[in-house]
Amino acid sequence: MKLETMYQEIILDHYKNPHGKGLREPFEAEVHHVNPTCGDEVTVRVHLEGSGADAKVVDLSYDALGCSISQAATSVAYDLIVGHTVGESFEVLSAYQEMVQGRGKVEPDEDVLDDAVAFAGVAAYPARVKCALLGWLAFKDAVAQADENAPELEGQA
Amino acid sequence: MTALAPTTTGATLDVEKIRADFPILSRTVRDGKSLVYLDSGATSQRPYQVLDAERHFLETSNAAVHRGAHALSEEATDAYESARDRIAGFIGADDGEIVFTKNATEALNLVAYGMSNALTSDDPKAARFRVGPGDEVVVTEMEHHANLVPWQEFCRRTGATLRWFGVTSDGRLDLDPSVITERTKVVAFTHQSNVLGTVTPVEQIVAMAKQVGAYTVLDACQSVPHAPIDVHALGVDFAAFSGHKMLGPSGIGVLYGRRELLEALPPFLTGGSMIELVRMEGSTYAAPPARFEAGVPMTSQAVGLGAAVDYLSALGMENVHAHENTLTAAALEGLQGIDGVTIIGPRNTESRGGAVSFEIDGVHPHDASQVLDDSGIAVRVGHHCAWPLHRAFGVQSSIRASFYVYNTLDEVHALIDGVRRAQDFFARDGVSL
Repeated sequence: MKLETMYQEIILDHYKNPHGKGLREPFEAEVHHVNPTCGDEVTVRVHLEGSGADAKVVDLSYDALGCSISQAATSVAYDLIVGHTVGESFEVLSAYQEMVQGRGKVEPDEDVLDDAVAFAGVAAYPARVKCALLGWLAFKDAVAQADENAPELEGQA
Repeated sequence: MTALAPTTTGATLDVEKIRADFPILSRTVRDGKSLVYLDSGATSQRPYQVLDAERHFLETSNAAVHRGAHALSEEATDAYESARDRIAGFIGADDGEIVFTKNATEALNLVAYGMSNALTSDDPKAARFRVGPGDEVVVTEMEHHANLVPWQEFCRRTGATLRWFGVTSDGRLDLDPSVITERTKVVAFTHQSNVLGTVTPVEQIVAMAKQVGAYTVLDACQSVPHAPIDVHALGVDFAAFSGHKMLGPSGIGVLYGRRELLEALPPFLTGGSMIELVRMEGSTYAAPPARFEAGVPMTSQAVGLGAAVDYLSALGMENVHAHENTLTAAALEGLQGIDGVTIIGPRNTESRGGAVSFEIDGVHPHDASQVLDDSGIAVRVGHHCAWPLHRAFGVQSSIRASFYVYNTLDEVHALIDGVRRAQDFFARDGVSL
């Protein structure tokens, strides 16, 4: 059934016990993103070491109000981003965005996506894609504000 | 209070017969589930009578109205103006008092921009609408964004100050008498909250406004489709509603304005059709309603809305109201019988329409609607374009079921079962949220 396909156990687990939640110091940039259609919101801070694609994401801290999909997606983003470089994180984000916006036609690459592959079921519900992207796109924005040498996201203007 | 019948709503409406008029209601969604459409507060479905009227017009009489002297042009103009007459009659207005707009949002903006255009108009009749610093505009905290943001912008353009009536915890307006003062020039308010279902005391607010000579602007989007409305009896100066919430097409809204006021109000959109005389140096404008209908207007939509009004009139708006009241009572009772469900708004049907918003403890509205949708049930989730109202209730978003002529008590029961299913779904496998 589609419903269980979207609401994977791993998503509900992250919703129930979000990883890395809470706003922390130090940070170079903080952004606040809202989904105006439902009112969900997220505040994201990033702490980077270095610059450009090789900069290391030392911390991604966040506070969020929203549905299970947006909360769990942000929690998974924390797991997959912290400790990695901006370039690596953006590679995951690109693949993730392609998957959730792919209307179910994109075969997800689990090697790149890791736990984020659990969100593949969201692609069947276009109205929920924004939920799945809220925290990730806030992270991308925060990096762009923190570092003027931040790389472009693949496939983005 | 209307008594509850087990599966039908009694004699007020023959719902099975009505449902046969709406082709979309027989489709299935999400792997064969019967559609349970409980989102008519956002947009209603259309009966064959409306769809056929539009198609018939386009197949036989389509032309640009109020231009040309050929046969089709005359027929199209007659169809357009006949729709205006019937819509006027439906709300107790005269035909010169009905302006067609793109939607209700445009109708409300037409009033706000028309009034601020009075500041630069050289027509002495427009002077009565001039508003500036020191003047005040009053709205309410339960407004849809469509009757809030245009007045925020109006205040920004004119220098007037925005004030508002708050909302009580039981979902009524707090009509603090100090809000309307001698400085108040406009009182813009909803007839029925699209979130809470609350019906506001229009006569009382109109009396307060009249006492200080303020204009009243009524958002009637959620009232005109659902109950008998007589704008003259209500005494408002302006009222706006949309076609697509009353079995009619999208792309058409209606502004009612008292004739005397429409005659003095400067235009909003300008161009063809709305002029009297055009010279290179400047132009003069047509009498209303043409002054407010610039460009070639929507025509099949007007014809369709005329057919929708005929359809509703044949059902009888008293019957429509009684039917929805029965469904609302059943929904309120059923939802309040579920542990963890909180109604946002009045908890009985006193001065209340058929929009029922609620929260489920531990289940985000988006997630709840996903489970409902999986059972074929369409509801609205989010802030329903009333973000300040949600903030006033301390909630980020809510679930709204809204009812119309084609809904049944079985569908209300499906909603209640669906809410229980959503609770069970998110409590599964020990996931306690």
